[in-house]
Amino acid sequence: MLLLLGARVSLEQVLIVGGALFSIGLYIALAKRNAVAVLMGIELMLNAVNLTFVAFARFIESPRPLDGHVFAIFVITVAAAEAAVALALAVAIYRYRETIDVDKINVLRW
Amino acid sequence: MPFLDAWYDFRDLGNAAGRLAEAMRDADASDGFVYVVFALIGSIGVLMFVGLTTLINIWVERRLIGRVQVRRGPNRLGPWGLLQPVADAIKLMQKEELTPRLADGLVFTLAPIVIFIPAILAFAVFPWSEKMVLADLNVGVLYLLALGSTTTIVVFMAGYASNNKYALLGSMRVIAMLISYEIPGVLALLSVVTFVGTMSLSGIVEFQQTYWSWLIFFLPLPFLIYLLSSTAELNRTPADIAEAESEIIAGYHIEYSGMKFGLFYAVELVNSIGVSAIIAALFLGGWWTFGLEEIIPGWVLFIGKIYACYFILIWFRGTLPRFRVDQLMAFAWKFLLPLALANIFVLALEVTIWTEFDISAGIVLPIFAVVNFAMAGALIYGWGRVMVRQYERFPKQPRLVSEIDVPLPSGQPRRRRAARATT
Amino acid sequence: MIVVVRNLFHAVLFLILSFIGIAGLYITLSADFVAVVQVLVYAGAIAVLMIFAVMLTPRSDRGNSENLLQAPALLLAGLFLAGIVFVVIETDWREATRGSFDTTAAAIGEALLSPFVLPFEIASVLLVAAMIGAIVLVQEEE
Repeated sequence: MLLLLGARVSLEQVLIVGGALFSIGLYIALAKRNAVAVLMGIELMLNAVNLTFVAFARFIESPRPLDGHVFAIFVITVAAAEAAVALALAVAIYRYRETIDVDKINVLRW
Repeated sequence: MPFLDAWYDFRDLGNAAGRLAEAMRDADASDGFVYVVFALIGSIGVLMFVGLTTLINIWVERRLIGRVQVRRGPNRLGPWGLLQPVADAIKLMQKEELTPRLADGLVFTLAPIVIFIPAILAFAVFPWSEKMVLADLNVGVLYLLALGSTTTIVVFMAGYASNNKYALLGSMRVIAMLISYEIPGVLALLSVVTFVGTMSLSGIVEFQQTYWSWLIFFLPLPFLIYLLSSTAELNRTPADIAEAESEIIAGYHIEYSGMKFGLFYAVELVNSIGVSAIIAALFLGGWWTFGLEEIIPGWVLFIGKIYACYFILIWFRGTLPRFRVDQLMAFAWKFLLPLALANIFVLALEVTIWTEFDISAGIVLPIFAVVNFAMAGALIYGWGRVMVRQYERFPKQPRLVSEIDVPLPSGQPRRRRAARATT
Repeated sequence: MIVVVRNLFHAVLFLILSFIGIAGLYITLSADFVAVVQVLVYAGAIAVLMIFAVMLTPRSDRGNSENLLQAPALLLAGLFLAGIVFVVIETDWREATRGSFDTTAAAIGEALLSPFVLPFEIASVLLVAAMIGAIVLVQEEE
C-alpha cells in the first residue's frame, strides 16, 4: 500500500525526534531577532507536538486510536490561522516601524 | 494458448508483474527484495514514460500550434520535423550557462532541478490499467493537490535567486495566480471525491466501471472548472501572466539560460501531461472505456485519453490571447469559485439523497446526470449574465475617432472632477 | 540548519525541507492523511505566507541573527531536550500490539463529524476570523 510502510520505527525514536524538534523550535523562538524567524520557531514547535500526537496514536493502546490524528489536524488548522494573523501583524508593524526586529518593538504605544 | 497468454499479459502489464512476483517468491526471495525490485521497475517505467512523452510533446506541441495558427511548425529536421526536439536539446546543452553575479548561487542552481520533483512524483499514483498502479494511495487526490501546491515554492526560489526585479515580479504573479486557482480546482476535485466516496484514483476508476459511465457525464461542471483552473495552474498561454514575454520579458526564468531553461521548458510539458492524466483518470474513466479495454490494452487507452486532454490544452494555447492579471484573478474569484461552491452544495445534497433513501443507482444516476447538466448550463449562463452587468457601462461597439465628437469619452472628466472635490 | 543559516530566505527553505521530512515520518507512522495535509498546509500555504512576509519587509534585517537571549535560550532548550530524552527512555510505555492503520482518511472524517463536531465548527469560525483579521491588519489605509 504505502511506499514507506516497510520502514520500522519505535515509539522512543519518534518521541526523541519530536523532543529535539521542540527544543530547536524553542531556541529559535527565544533567541532570534527577526519576527518571521520567531514564527518559524513556533511552527516548528507545533510540528513537534503533532509528531508526538501521531506517534502516540500509532503506538499506545486506546479505545479510539484515531483521536490523535484528529487532534493533529486541528493543530494544523489553528497553526495556519495563527501564521496568517501573525505574519499580517509583522507586515503591519513593518509599515509603521520599518523593522520587524523583536528587540526594537518593545514599546507599548507609538 | 501461449499467444493469448502473452496478449493477456501485454494488455495489463500488472499480470506479467504478478507472475514475476510469484516466480521470485518461488525462488525464496525475501519480501523486501521483491518490493524493491517492483518499486524500481515501476519507477523506471514511469520515468521512461515521462521522458519519452516530454521529448515527443515538444514536437507535438509546436506542430499543433503551428497548425492552429495556420503555419507549418518545425518541418526541416527528419521526417515531418520529428528530430526537432533532439536538435533543441543539443542546442540548449551547448549553450553557456550564465549565473548572474548577484544571484543566490545554490538556490539558483537547485530551482530548475527541484521543480521536477513534484511533477514526476505525481505520476506515481495514476492507474495505468487495472493492476498497473505504482502506488495506490488511498489519499491519491489529496496527494496530487499537495504536490501541486509545492510547485509554488520552487517557482519562488527561482524568482528570488535570480536577483532580478522581473523575475521576482513573475514569481509574485505566479503565487497569486496559483493560490487563486487552487481553490476552485480543489473544490472541483472535492466534489468528485464527495460523489464517488473515495480518494484513491483506482477507486474512482472502479466507480466508473461499476456504474458503466464516465464521471464527465455525471459531473460536467467540476470537469469544466478543473480544466480551466488547471490551465491557469500550468502557466500556459491563456493564463501565462507569470512569463508574459511582452510584459515582464519571461517572468521567473528570465535569468536562466542553456539547459536550466530547458528544464523549466520541459517541466511545463510534464505538468501538462500530468494534468491531462488527472482529468483522464477522474473524468474520462482512466483505463476503462466501455469494454474496449478487453481488446486494446488499458494503458494504451489511458495514454490516448491523456493526449486527447493534452490536445485541448494545446488548442487553448494556440487560440486564446493572454488575459490581464486582474481579469484572471476576477475570473477565479468571481466566476469559478461561486460556481464551484454551488456545485458542491448540490452534489452533497444528491449524495445524501442517494445514500439516505437507499435508491438503486440505476434510477438515481440518470436523474442526477440530467440535473447536473441542467445545473451546469443554468449556472454558467445565469452567473455569466450577472457578472457581465458591470461591463455594460462600457461602449458596446468600438467606434472610430472621427465618429466621436469630444476627444475623451464622456465619463472620465466628470469623475476626475468629483475626485478633486473629495480631496 | 534553520538556526545557523545566515540568510532568512534560506532559513525558510530549510524550514520547508523539515516540514516535508516530518511528513515522511508521518507516513512511517501510517498516518497518511495527516502526512498529506501536512505537505498541503505547511509546505504549500504557511511557507508561502512566510516567504511573502520576508519579501514584504524589504528594508529590515535580512540576516538571521540572534539577540541577547542566546545563551539562556540555548541552556533552556538543552535542558528541555535532556528532560524529554530522560523521560522517554525511563518511562515504560505500554505499547499496543495492534499493527499499522489500514486507511485513516474515512475514519478521520467520521471522527471529525461525530464526536468532534463542535471543535470542527469552532475551527472553521476561527479560520474565518483569522482571515478577516489578517486582511484588516495589512490593509493600506485609504
